[in-house]
Amino acid sequence: MINARKPSPHSYDVLVIGAGPAGIAAACSAAESGALVAVIDSNPRPGGQIWRGETREHAHTREAQSWLDKFAAQRIEVFTSTEIVDKIHPGLLLAQSNGAAREFAYKRLILCTGARELFLPFPGWTLPNVMGAGGLQALVKSGLPIAGKKVVVAGSGPLLLAVAAHLREHGAEICLIAEQSPFQRLASFAISLLLSKTKFTQALAIRRKLSGIPYKTSCWAIRAEGRDKLESVTLRRGSKIWKEPCDYLACGFHLVPNIELASLLGCEIRGGFVRVNQFQESSVQGIFCAGELTGIGGVDSAIIEGQIAGYAAAGESARTAQFSREKRSAAHFTDVLRRTFALREELRSLATPETIVCRCEDVQFSRLQSYPSWRAAKLQTRCGMGPCQGRICGPATQFLFGWKPESVRPPVFAAPLESLAQAGARASEQAVNQ
Amino acid sequence: MPEAISIRVNGAPLSVSPGTTVLAAILSSGISMVRRSVSAEPRGPLCAMGICFECRATVNHERHIRTCQLLCAPEMDVRTDD
Repeated sequence: MINARKPSPHSYDVLVIGAGPAGIAAACSAAESGALVAVIDSNPRPGGQIWRGETREHAHTREAQSWLDKFAAQRIEVFTSTEIVDKIHPGLLLAQSNGAAREFAYKRLILCTGARELFLPFPGWTLPNVMGAGGLQALVKSGLPIAGKKVVVAGSGPLLLAVAAHLREHGAEICLIAEQSPFQRLASFAISLLLSKTKFTQALAIRRKLSGIPYKTSCWAIRAEGRDKLESVTLRRGSKIWKEPCDYLACGFHLVPNIELASLLGCEIRGGFVRVNQFQESSVQGIFCAGELTGIGGVDSAIIEGQIAGYAAAGESARTAQFSREKRSAAHFTDVLRRTFALREELRSLATPETIVCRCEDVQFSRLQSYPSWRAAKLQTRCGMGPCQGRICGPATQFLFGWKPESVRPPVFAAPLESLAQAGARASEQAVNQ
Repeated sequence: MPEAISIRVNGAPLSVSPGTTVLAAILSSGISMVRRSVSAEPRGPLCAMGICFECRATVNHERHIRTCQLLCAPEMDVRTDD
């Protein structure tokens, strides 16, 4: 029997997981309502992906600035570089921070765990310097110099444009942007932006920043080449195939929500997202979800949902009525995004038999094809059994083979043994006490 | 101007601005392969958001650290795979 230490848990009225826009908005609204609030985030600083690197002194947008100011002004405890590992029992979570275990008790929980990029395997995608579009942007925001580097931006989604604009501002030479979605769908997307003044203004600003950069629709990378690192990318558009020499390929196929923790806590998942009611409450009473977890809707939607969740979790449900109109229009935008950037069939055949699908365990496409389910493939090939626990290859195999994701097992993130021992000891102790 | 932070990447001294992640420091030192995969392929970062684990390296003798989630601190010793 492992004798684990039992530090008394930090205890809060409202615990928020994730300090991106949704989490910040949720925490501010709950704190404003008088609740004792804490926010946990795995990153070294709050802001999430979109506000990564922004500080109150140095914010890119007025919106980021005003939320970061609010966040700093409220009485909110912030735990960065802290990651949830497991649930101990309802109302108590186990986290780790720099290898040390920590417990967090809560009355209400708000999950704002955001999204990650969808990566689809193609020949050469495992070469160094082939990375996510948001991934390369995150690196540049974290101090990677990009001036003078040639970058091909490819994949799908509005993120590609934002990334290209950001990299160009930092001196990168963007060779082209390859968007897999066809022109007609993007044209109707552009028209739908006219309905929202803010979104239209944002789109125009990005358009200006990208002037002169080719934006190719119905176009995608079919291969990345290089010896020990990327040297060129081969792209296809219709019957035309050509090679583009470059230093980086920034490639992501829109976003998938980080639903693992919500799943572990028993929240009902529908169509890949957490199902919530008008107060952002999930199927589990007292657990709220906001932002990309409930549908990929971007920052505006995340902020609206975060505020609703924050007020509702703090017992001020009446205050959520003010957002009903904005919420409807955000939901409409989410739907438009989904339709505009739906992935085309041809992307299913990018991988060759030798292409690695599971990067943790180096499992090739040919070894996976014959299995009926992810579970079978996992047991036989170790696909999805590495440290990322299928977060990268899971969504990819879902798209490639139609495999359904499995239920999540703890630890939610690969955790040091000490944290796990502690969770095990606490869980059995709970069982005895009941 | 805040003071630069001195770290070592595979033994070589490197000076970075505060707020730089260990991963950004590794890459800016000219290294593109952070680790070797189970079949010895060279790998670099993919997600840069703490999800993919492709950026793991040894920091201050502790192995398997996700360098994209860690800020550089003075005198840090960072080792990548050969």
